[in-house]
Amino acid sequence: MTNTLSLEDRFQQRIDNEEKIEAKDWMPDGYRKTLIRQISQHAHSEIVGMLPEGNWITRAPSLKRKLALLAKVQDEAGHGLYLYSAAETLGAGRDELLHQLHTGKAKYSSIFNYPTLTWADIGAVGWLVDGAAIMNQVALCRASYGPYARAMVRICKEESFHQRQGYDILLTMMKGTDAQKKMVQDAVNRWWWPSLMMFGPSDIDSPNSAESMKWKIKRLSNDELRQRFVDMSVPQAEILGVTFPDPELKYNEVTGHYQFGVIDWEEFWRVVNGNGPCNEERLAARVQAHEEGAWVRDAALAYAEKQKQRNSSQVA
Amino acid sequence: MQEFTRQSILILADNLMILGQRLGEWCGHGPILEQDIALTNIALDLIGEARNYYQYLAETEGKHEDDYPMLRDAREFKNVLLTEQPNGHWGDTIARQFLFDCFHFHLLEHMVASSDQRISAIAKKSVKEAAYHLSFSGDWVIRLGDGTEDSHQKIQRSVNKFWPYWMEMFTPTEAEQHAIQEGILPDLNKVYEAASSKLESVLAEATLIKPEGQHSRKGGKEGFHSEHLGYILAEMQYLQKSYPGASW
Repeated sequence: MTNTLSLEDRFQQRIDNEEKIEAKDWMPDGYRKTLIRQISQHAHSEIVGMLPEGNWITRAPSLKRKLALLAKVQDEAGHGLYLYSAAETLGAGRDELLHQLHTGKAKYSSIFNYPTLTWADIGAVGWLVDGAAIMNQVALCRASYGPYARAMVRICKEESFHQRQGYDILLTMMKGTDAQKKMVQDAVNRWWWPSLMMFGPSDIDSPNSAESMKWKIKRLSNDELRQRFVDMSVPQAEILGVTFPDPELKYNEVTGHYQFGVIDWEEFWRVVNGNGPCNEERLAARVQAHEEGAWVRDAALAYAEKQKQRNSSQVA
Repeated sequence: MQEFTRQSILILADNLMILGQRLGEWCGHGPILEQDIALTNIALDLIGEARNYYQYLAETEGKHEDDYPMLRDAREFKNVLLTEQPNGHWGDTIARQFLFDCFHFHLLEHMVASSDQRISAIAKKSVKEAAYHLSFSGDWVIRLGDGTEDSHQKIQRSVNKFWPYWMEMFTPTEAEQHAIQEGILPDLNKVYEAASSKLESVLAEATLIKPEGQHSRKGGKEGFHSEHLGYILAEMQYLQKSYPGASW
């Protein structure tokens, strides 16, 4: 018992000294579990996140936009790969994690349970959803677990590129016809509140936050990150010429921040708990891809096994 | 630009555009994350190459690159029938891709020597990508053919299914014949020989049987398509046609 305590003390000391924890280092079970949960949720979010945007690849309105969207959704698959690999360093295999996703045990970001209804949604998702994601992810680049922090550095670079692309889609549309402008405002109206919800429950209702902060997995609280996102987005909306659907949104001279209305937490929990507009479709699409791919994975395994035997009999 | 050159370029471009569009349907739905990425990569390469040909036409004709994929109707598309066939399952997509890659890679390899500088430059740029596509789809044909009993049967059926579309790629239209005479396109007989030999060696390694003696289906290069193309275009062109003249 004394030994375990001192191990934990030493571990915390390393965290406090800003040392990175690596895969083979000793770590408390809770730290490992928290990381696996968080990293796998993030990986699943990348993979499920491919669906609402992938939905528009075949309908993208120009060659330039189609190529950019294909590349973006492909990047998300790549992010999923980095993150599943980071989770593997903690002893959580990809098959096991996918099983948790497919059986509904693991969560993914609720934002992807909203539908992409028009082309402007692809712009709004890039600007707001990727913008909110970056806010979270930049902070994670300094997370105490080395493999996670390093994966986040790569991911952040690509995400900020995606965000600019999304904003550019909207800018182009705002210079266009009235119908296009209307399409943009409608998309922003629908994506604004769900984007604010991406930062998770308010700090007072966030059960895992204190421990994560102590372990420096998390550096900034949900509410701090949300405020930064609002402060960043309001001037961008002004340049774009759109408004956010919040009558209470205004600049507070005293705090130097934009204050905003109350988030509909009922909606937040409804979507988290599986009753958003697209929860069933998203999960069904992932399960279907996995099930229909089973014979392909079996074939690849069988072939690899045959090759191994052929090689070993050649050596013999 | 001569009309036969224009028609020949449209065949090149539309093949890549339509197949790339089909592959784009897979994005997010692949059987393995790595393969999802690989297929999207191929879609990017194909549409990227198509874009180069469309840009060439657009510069010559004073149009915009998007006018070609987004504003023409089905009868004006010149892609071969193979490229517009539905994705089906992974084995179908792989078989369709492999047949196309056999043609595409060897075409580009020969087209590097095109008398048209611009076409030669595009071929030079794309031939390395096409080599990768061919090795990807060829490896998967082998893996599925020599994998499990089930995958063997599935990929054999897929190869049989697309076999009627094989010869259209190597059968020149009048315009292509003219372009071959002018050295703009390579001799499609030579492309056929190289493609066939690659195809046979991969099928043999995959323990698959090369289909024989089936009716050959063609017409796409002259604008006579299967019913699938109309739906592809309805989706692909929907925004441009719903909001005429808008920029995106």
